[in-house]
Amino acid sequence: MDRYSNPTPGADFGAAPASRSAVVAICAAYGNDPHRMLDILRDIQDSFRWISPETMEIVADETGLSRIQVEGVASFYSFLSQVPKGRITIRFCDDIIDRFAGLADIVAIFEDALGIKTGETSADGAFSLEYTPCIGLCDQAPAAMINDVVVTSLTADRARDIAAALKAGQMPQDIAVAGFDDLSPHERATRMVANNIRQAGEVLLGPVSPEAGLENAIALAPAAIIDAVEASGLRGCGGAGFTTGRKWRFAAADPVARRFVFCNADEGEPGTFKDRVLLTERPHLMVEGMTIAARAVGAREGLIYLRGEYVYLREHLEQVLADRRARGLLGKDILGVEGFDFDLRIQIGAGAYICGEEGALISSCEGLPGEPKTRPPFPVNRGYLGFPTVVNNVETFCHVARIMDRGADWFFDMGSDGSHGTKLFSVSGDCRSPGVYELPYGLSLQELLERVGGEDAGAVQVGGPSGTMVDRANFHRRLTFDDLATGGAIIVFSAQRNILEIVEYYMSFFVHESCGYCTPCRVGNVFLQKAIAKFRKGLANPEDIDYLRDLSATIIETSRCGLGMTSPNPILTTLENFPMVYSALVKPSRDRIRATFDVQAAIDDARKLAKRRSYIFDKDFTK
Amino acid sequence: MSDPDFTFTIDGTTIPAKPGQTIMEAADAAGVYIPRLCDHEGLRHQGGCRVCTVKAGGRSVAACTQPAAPKLVVENETDHINKLRRDLVEMLFHEGNHLCPICEASGNCELQAMAYRLDMTGPTKFPYLEPCRAVDASHPDIALDTNRCISCSRCIRASQDVDHKGVFGYVGRGIHRRVAVNGSDLAHTDADITDHAISADVCPVGCIIRKGVGFATPIGEREFDHGLIGSDIEGKRRE
Repeated sequence: MDRYSNPTPGADFGAAPASRSAVVAICAAYGNDPHRMLDILRDIQDSFRWISPETMEIVADETGLSRIQVEGVASFYSFLSQVPKGRITIRFCDDIIDRFAGLADIVAIFEDALGIKTGETSADGAFSLEYTPCIGLCDQAPAAMINDVVVTSLTADRARDIAAALKAGQMPQDIAVAGFDDLSPHERATRMVANNIRQAGEVLLGPVSPEAGLENAIALAPAAIIDAVEASGLRGCGGAGFTTGRKWRFAAADPVARRFVFCNADEGEPGTFKDRVLLTERPHLMVEGMTIAARAVGAREGLIYLRGEYVYLREHLEQVLADRRARGLLGKDILGVEGFDFDLRIQIGAGAYICGEEGALISSCEGLPGEPKTRPPFPVNRGYLGFPTVVNNVETFCHVARIMDRGADWFFDMGSDGSHGTKLFSVSGDCRSPGVYELPYGLSLQELLERVGGEDAGAVQVGGPSGTMVDRANFHRRLTFDDLATGGAIIVFSAQRNILEIVEYYMSFFVHESCGYCTPCRVGNVFLQKAIAKFRKGLANPEDIDYLRDLSATIIETSRCGLGMTSPNPILTTLENFPMVYSALVKPSRDRIRATFDVQAAIDDARKLAKRRSYIFDKDFTK
Repeated sequence: MSDPDFTFTIDGTTIPAKPGQTIMEAADAAGVYIPRLCDHEGLRHQGGCRVCTVKAGGRSVAACTQPAAPKLVVENETDHINKLRRDLVEMLFHEGNHLCPICEASGNCELQAMAYRLDMTGPTKFPYLEPCRAVDASHPDIALDTNRCISCSRCIRASQDVDHKGVFGYVGRGIHRRVAVNGSDLAHTDADITDHAISADVCPVGCIIRKGVGFATPIGEREFDHGLIGSDIEGKRRE
């Protein structure tokens, strides 16, 4: 059904059988805690290259769950596999930007050099090739993950060199970065991946005073911190735009035994990569913001949910946390304030876009499949393990630290009405200078395009697939929460790009990423994808345009979470802004016969069973 | 709970409610039926099928999970809401293989009964996904045909919370998500014909099959041959 399905089980591809004692040790390392299931299964995947039925039995025994519960988790996440994978797994970023940047040629080179097709594992168990959705490197596409490292800006020559080096037995990290072993984690990250900071703004990417915000915050009563954050006008930067101060106020309201502060670093919206840059260059600011949040709401425990695609940043972030603990900025009595305790851990995801939804993120941290939770209750009232949990985006926490340093008014005065401060934009696609731009809210799309060298764009996808595809006539619209809202993605398409090819790709993305919990998102998106395929094949009728609108409306109105409430947007916003793309392709049917109905294919099985041939359809028919 | 009882309205009818009750719980008690497939008496609320979508205070929500609130104005049986529900039921028909004439659940099937209630009588517009999953007939008393599953999770909740066995669970994600069993097949689980999860009440369709009883009740005398689905709840109001 899609490009990402696991191959059918077959040979063991030379994978070593998981020894019982090794699996038991992995479970024990996480205290046999079922809430740490994602960590346990990730470690098993890394150690044994798959999660076998026998392994699931052992994990179930050790953690007190049933095997089917373990399998439910193992089968949910794309990076966990129930068939053996190669010792080296190469995951090509299959985003539309990578496709337009020549992904197919790169894939062909690897397939040719390694002798396997994408989706396959070599017979000796050395290599697996896979596709994976956006890995957050659209500004340096085509890109790929090789085990836990990434390679970017791939050219044909580079692809050939990488394949040859891998076949010669070189380690992925040494291929990704020369002299890997001698570099600091930060150097490794920045040599592997360019930051591409094109414009540093006043709040986040310009100079910052370390810990100034935290120092100011500890001088205030917790309620006063929340007041300041609320007065700044700060709204969530992940996409939904909820007022941060209000979220904190809810979380701080009820007296409870435990509270949590979670950082959402599951930057999965295709075309978004600004958090990657903050995680690389401003990790201290982010953790400072989390620590301020902990002080404000009274949380002692926290967590950074880092998407599996960004695992190459784990070491770097671990070092940041260790450094802060050593400096008394995390742990007990932070900055010498008695009773101000806060510490956190990193939870690595395993390939699931839905985990960027806060309820699904919490489910994932609890060791469950990444399914959104029923709302109400909201996470701020009952979140992780049933306790109040603040979940904010990386950029939001960074802003918090700066607001506490420079003051609410300073932040409030930037931007425009209802959208205060600055915003990081991840710009990619058909423009001269892809990368990250920090700009005040309120800029028009046209002004942004001029800065990035994308004036000639034919279409711009603002906010990623779940956002809006904007046509030239609407480039005057403003980048604010109330006009063109975006979690940061600005994807520029030249007039030569095929709009429907983009739409079809985005729908396949949502089909792949729907969790399956609710009917409209699970099933409806498949129907939308099939309908767009009809248009692409020239088999659509005029009434199919109404069908797209009608089905989209049902999915949006009845879906359980934000994924289904926005997944029809690629279709709806292109129908609105590019109606000719659709109307040019539809043909009224003659004789009310649908072009998609292939009568011959429909009766083919029966015809074969009956051993009958057709003198109309079988050209070689002879009586 | 010290908050006082309150009332709200569904399609203009006043419904009494207690704090903490969902819209559906209060409606059921008052004899107002809100169509549903994944929700089932005695099981945790799920909010998965979305057939119980109502408009509450102008927002579309699942009535089975949404708490009732004082003075809330709920729309239930409007043309618009019924159209959404018909779309959802059609989606479920097209997602699986639901061939009523050859299915032993016909007449007792909630999916079929819901289609009748929602007036799904014309030709449908969606493509058929035609799953082709192996039937698990390994167990001496029970068979499982997941091609007919509508992902309501009632068997999962019943087995976990009522039988305390955990025979069923989901595997996979998105359109590939499906009900599976806690073993290599049903014969290698704790499943028993006397389980609540296996009872005729729990599976709304013909996915969980009790062997040997399939066609014992003739057509015309099956559950929904006697009245529309939901008429038992609506009957309470007339009494």
